[in-house]
Amino acid sequence: MKVTKEAVAGTLESSDLLVKVAPSDKGTRDIVIRSEVIKQFGKQIRHVVTDTLDKLSVSGGSIVIEDKGALDCVIRARVQAAVLRGCGSQDLDWGSLS
Amino acid sequence: MSSAVERLRTQDPTLGQLQLFAGANAETPYLANLDTKLHRKLCGSLEEAIQRSGLKDGMTISFHHAFREGDKVVNRVVDTLARLGFKNLTLASSSLLNCHNPLVEHIKSGVVTQIYTSGMRGKLAEAVSNGLMKRPVQIHSHGGRVHLLQTGELKIDVAFLGVACCDEFGNANGSHGKLNCGSLGYAKVDAQYARQVVLLTEELTEFPTLPVSISQDRVDWIVKLDQVGDPSLISVGAARVTNNPRELLIARRAADVIEHSGYFNDGFSMQTGSGASSTAATRFLEERMTRKGIKASFALGGITGGIVDLHKKGLIKAVVDVQSFDGDAAESLRTSIGHLEISANEYANPTSKGAYVDRVNVVIESALEIDLDFNVNVITGSDGVMRGASGGHSDVAAAADLTIIVAPLVRSRIPTVVRRVTTLLTPGESVDVLVTDHGIAVNPTRPEIEQRLRDARLPVMTIEELRQRAVELTGEPEPLEFAERIIGIIRYRDGSVIDVVRQVKN
Amino acid sequence: MKLRRSMLFVPGDNAGMLSTSFVYKPDAVMFDLEDAVATREKDSARLMVYQALQHPAYRDIETVVRINGVNTEFWQKDLEAAIRGGVDVVRLPKTENAQEIHELEEHVAKIEKACGRPVGDTKLMAAIESASGVVNAVSIASASPRMTAIAIAGFDYLVDMHTRRSDGWEPELFYARAAVLHAARAAHIDAFDVVYGNVSDDEGFLREVRIAKNLGFNGKSLIHPKQIDLLHRAYLPTAEEVNHAKRVIAAAEEAHSKGLGVVSLDGKMVDPPVIEEAEMTLQLAAAA
Repeated sequence: MKVTKEAVAGTLESSDLLVKVAPSDKGTRDIVIRSEVIKQFGKQIRHVVTDTLDKLSVSGGSIVIEDKGALDCVIRARVQAAVLRGCGSQDLDWGSLS
Repeated sequence: MSSAVERLRTQDPTLGQLQLFAGANAETPYLANLDTKLHRKLCGSLEEAIQRSGLKDGMTISFHHAFREGDKVVNRVVDTLARLGFKNLTLASSSLLNCHNPLVEHIKSGVVTQIYTSGMRGKLAEAVSNGLMKRPVQIHSHGGRVHLLQTGELKIDVAFLGVACCDEFGNANGSHGKLNCGSLGYAKVDAQYARQVVLLTEELTEFPTLPVSISQDRVDWIVKLDQVGDPSLISVGAARVTNNPRELLIARRAADVIEHSGYFNDGFSMQTGSGASSTAATRFLEERMTRKGIKASFALGGITGGIVDLHKKGLIKAVVDVQSFDGDAAESLRTSIGHLEISANEYANPTSKGAYVDRVNVVIESALEIDLDFNVNVITGSDGVMRGASGGHSDVAAAADLTIIVAPLVRSRIPTVVRRVTTLLTPGESVDVLVTDHGIAVNPTRPEIEQRLRDARLPVMTIEELRQRAVELTGEPEPLEFAERIIGIIRYRDGSVIDVVRQVKN
Repeated sequence: MKLRRSMLFVPGDNAGMLSTSFVYKPDAVMFDLEDAVATREKDSARLMVYQALQHPAYRDIETVVRINGVNTEFWQKDLEAAIRGGVDVVRLPKTENAQEIHELEEHVAKIEKACGRPVGDTKLMAAIESASGVVNAVSIASASPRMTAIAIAGFDYLVDMHTRRSDGWEPELFYARAAVLHAARAAHIDAFDVVYGNVSDDEGFLREVRIAKNLGFNGKSLIHPKQIDLLHRAYLPTAEEVNHAKRVIAAAEEAHSKGLGVVSLDGKMVDPPVIEEAEMTLQLAAAA
């Protein structure tokens, strides 16, 4: 999948996260994570985000995460939603989502 | 006569210190003048009181926190001291809250260089956790503070005590004025031990002012100020019982535990902390007390409107109050004969001749963290920064028959049950039961309690299982990293060092 | 017999609630993709529910997803998320007639095949929210072997009937309740009563629960976790009922061990339905 436009998913409510994606002209993938629990779960959050992006074959784009203590399953869902919105795609390859 | 005194001294050398009569008012010159006889304690300004108290650099000043987030005394006094050029003071406040953030500047400029408190929050705590102070902060419990005063480690030179009203001689209370904070439990202790006591009030009342919480015989100076506290933050009504379903679930479960603990008998005594689940538990206890015809002999605290409500309904005979948490509690202190004001010494000092905590059957308190040995942390948050208060936590836990900790298993993504607490405040041997929204764990040292709860078909599991559940939800947290430098010392109620707080690494 | 006293509604795009609702142990949790989710958030909510369905914390609770109605553009995508996520039951809102159930089950089977789930594994339930739905309840309830429950949704139904809720006995819901209940029993499926919206009125809630229980509803749709405990306790059998049930079961077991075809207790014959009811009573008592 290719991120072709700016998109946002999620909220700043407790246990949720805000995910902003934007296309990157450099063609690289740049992930910025801000979190209330960065000390204890920063590594884990990054792992989930990169894994989700890998499975969707997102190799380029700017992804900014503003996390409010969301569980892994919520992180996955919001990243997927933001990417799909950013690709302007309505078709899901469900196999790439687990 | 002088020859008689001479004779006395030679006849009996132990009488060497006797002095000859030198006039009716030799030692009480203020009695010679009507103005000084009656009004000598009144100071025209805070600056005047400070000057007359003899405060010097390097001395210790103290405050109490009965005005909670509405307190204006600490900031006003320390601002004034800073302006007057004081340095190197030790600040001993029974607790410090978010409204005390301005202290950060005064610490930076060297006005305050040491702190004794039961807790701190907000920007002040953050700054201290990040290494603001050269000398580590001393964190004590409410009972432990009195003990430090008695051993002499903490010597208060000047206590600045805000009160609701007082007369020109110093008789004061927190419950019969306009800006009522309720019990002056912590202030009473400072009034007793400080070398000089300055009372700050918005309201000077007729002599004698009743009731007397702080007596004239302990007061040196009185200052009338425009603002001692913010009424919108002090005189608020009772906090409404939470509607948060998770807090309600935990509160109901805690009431179930008490009901089946074996301690739920007519005449039992209780204490609840200030957290939402703790206060909600009183409402669930009420239904059970009414159903079974059980009345409590007393409730201790930390008094909230919820407790006062049960007292009014005749379900709690005596309310024993060291601090009134809301306007309802303050009002009850004012009007109810069964509502008693006590000092921190009567409340929880381990070396007092009789502390009320010793008579408590059941206490419900909260925790930021609890580990596999049931040790409790209420001081440092998940990021290692201080954000809480020791308060009476370890005091009551040590003394009560049954200590129940209530907490959600997971707060957002932070597990409450951990392998090892970040900061140890209350030792596991004082803690009996943990009640969470996922289940209940009982300290293996209380097998009879566990059996009773299992027989009542309550969801009992091991604390290891609870931790497992937490980790299943959140993932395993990375251990926090701290710098070597110690910025806080946790003093157990007997003065011993039970843990330290280190500077956070960023 | 699956206990279905409480069905807790959880908005599909509320991260906080998705992350914590299992704690309250409802008999069933219903993730909502319909009315609780704004149109422009439906895509995100779908993914949230897909993830939540697979979370181990919901393993022991029956999962339901309320998809959008068959007259919307969303329902097929909702089904993909729900079925692939492993939902137990799909709830169709505003069901008007049996044809909608047929259309639904056809698509469900397609998706089951595509994702390797056994065909027939996903169950269905219908929510009746209009006059048409009420009069078609019987055919809706038996429209498919996948049908496992039928619910009445009060608010929309009353709007369709040009009336509103009243206090007390609520005659305005009487026919709808009775119709839906009969349809459920004729088709041997479960029946759910309406949502009680006034969360701060516990007494009003309990009054309505008693009505539903006495009519014979299996359970009720709930919108706040505190209602779960209240509901479960209202459905608890009394000690007398429990004792009687135990005696009925004991009599049945005795008859069985003696090889007798007829069960009797206190000189009266005990039919199979009575034994079934006794089992249900004990199950309700044990669930406390």
